[in-house]
Amino acid sequence: MSTETLVTPYQQLRKATLDRDRGLREKVMSLEAAAKLVSDGDHIAIGGCTMSRTPLAMIWALIRARKTGLTVSRSITSTEGDLLFASGVSSHVITSWFTQGIVWGVSKVMRHYTENKLARFEEWSHMSIGLRYRAGAMGIPFMPSRSMIGSDVGKRVGEELKTMTCPFTGERVVLLPALNPDVALIHVQRCDAYGNAQLDGLQFMDIDMAMAATRVILTTERIVSNDQIRRTPDLTRIPFFTVEAVVEAPMGCAPHECYGLYEPFFTHLDDYAERTAKDPVKGCRQYLEEFYYGPKSWPDYLAKLGMEAVLDACRRGRSVHND
Amino acid sequence: MTEHSLPASTYTASELLAVMAARLLKDGQIVFAGVGIPLLAATLAQRNFAPHLTILFEGGTIGPFIVPGELPPSTNEQRCTRRSNMVLPITDVLLLLQRGYVDVGFMGGAQIDRFGNLNSSFIGDADNPKIRLPGTGGGNDISSLTNMIVAMKHEKRRFVANVDFITSPGWIKGRRTRAEAGLPQGGMWRVVTDLAILGFDEASCEMKVLALHQGVTREQVQDNTGFKLLFEEKVETAEPPRNEELAVLRELDPERLYTA
Repeated sequence: MSTETLVTPYQQLRKATLDRDRGLREKVMSLEAAAKLVSDGDHIAIGGCTMSRTPLAMIWALIRARKTGLTVSRSITSTEGDLLFASGVSSHVITSWFTQGIVWGVSKVMRHYTENKLARFEEWSHMSIGLRYRAGAMGIPFMPSRSMIGSDVGKRVGEELKTMTCPFTGERVVLLPALNPDVALIHVQRCDAYGNAQLDGLQFMDIDMAMAATRVILTTERIVSNDQIRRTPDLTRIPFFTVEAVVEAPMGCAPHECYGLYEPFFTHLDDYAERTAKDPVKGCRQYLEEFYYGPKSWPDYLAKLGMEAVLDACRRGRSVHND
Repeated sequence: MTEHSLPASTYTASELLAVMAARLLKDGQIVFAGVGIPLLAATLAQRNFAPHLTILFEGGTIGPFIVPGELPPSTNEQRCTRRSNMVLPITDVLLLLQRGYVDVGFMGGAQIDRFGNLNSSFIGDADNPKIRLPGTGGGNDISSLTNMIVAMKHEKRRFVANVDFITSPGWIKGRRTRAEAGLPQGGMWRVVTDLAILGFDEASCEMKVLALHQGVTREQVQDNTGFKLLFEEKVETAEPPRNEELAVLRELDPERLYTA
């Protein structure tokens, strides 16, 4: 990427926002309809972190719609990154850490695609990814910060990272370019039909991501009334006018977790790790066939995960509310 | 050996790491901890002698108390938030490092060099890597912005003269080089391994053996290191894990998820 086009020009960013219908309107639709809002080549940001609140139902729909050429950014990337590479939806992931999870060792799928130069894993420090979204959310072209300097992580991103002498203190600081994704995919516990979203537990980078993006596709465990949202506006984290689509997708992060509702499906994830470790290409292809392309619908996908697994994940998920 | 001590064969290398690392922490500190040994060690310190120690997790948690038997698979799941004081967005919890609230950053390591630089990105040349590793996560931020403790297995392939890639900067090439590279704050403080406790020479910032674990010789440590180690003038023998320390670890991790 050339550094001139790295940061979305300010006027273009504002125009894209002004051009959208920002009125208080209902925008509930199906996963399939929401997938149509993503164009090939778009930069999509994925909410949540590692195995938490990953918007997997929406990613499932994008893979089924056979999107191509997406640039994907996320704070930390887990199995969804493997599947975006293996399905051909993306060959460029911008993230700070990329592997299923520490207990499963290094992802063989990530290794296969990156070591054979079939796809790119662009590595930034975790705070830097967050500050890039924050700069995007603030409508400024860059954010000064104090990490990544002096390391090969900083050197490797090359021209995309600059340093300058602070005009106030004379210190050398790092300048991180703003990240304004075309679309942010975010899964929440509840929102209304307009897209006023409330999320429980860890927020990760979702709020900055929503404000930085040109538009947000929300998936939600349940749609509640606008009256219900208005009773606790202090819990609303994402305002409706950033949102372009609301999709009700129960268990929409499975087999990852959604705070207070379900924990990761560990047995399923062990099985995924085993299949993909044996043969990353064939293992992923079979997995995609069985769980992504094969099922008739999202409920059919959940049925394939199995009632027992769903209930076990829910039992553990809800236990966070126990004393 | 004190009367509380067990023979060496009754604890695992991971338990040894967790116990030794925990003893380096002080009551009242704010500790930014990774999962695995760092989390166990910080929780052990919290329970045994440091009730006012606060753990921060990268996922955004301030001050959790981990439920025994429910260790989190990463710092970003709901299990990390149990009985915590506050949850923050990831960016804001990392910014506590930059603002200067954190006493110790504490993590595991894949590869380390004599100046305490860590690599978790590439084995081999970055353009044509033999292995693409998962990357920095918050490692680069933590090691850039605070004082560090690293806990890792002591193996020759992990302790190398120069890392293939500096993911998380230690002293770079010596004391002044870190500040000159733009990092006037923080730096690598201690490396805890299953053989020894190591620090860094005041003047040269090269890795230096401070203490050996019971039954470990100088030669053994040197033989498992890919560069010439410095030794403290008087190298002590660390007191082996006590029963009460091991008991806490086993209560926290009954399935030996982290301590196998």
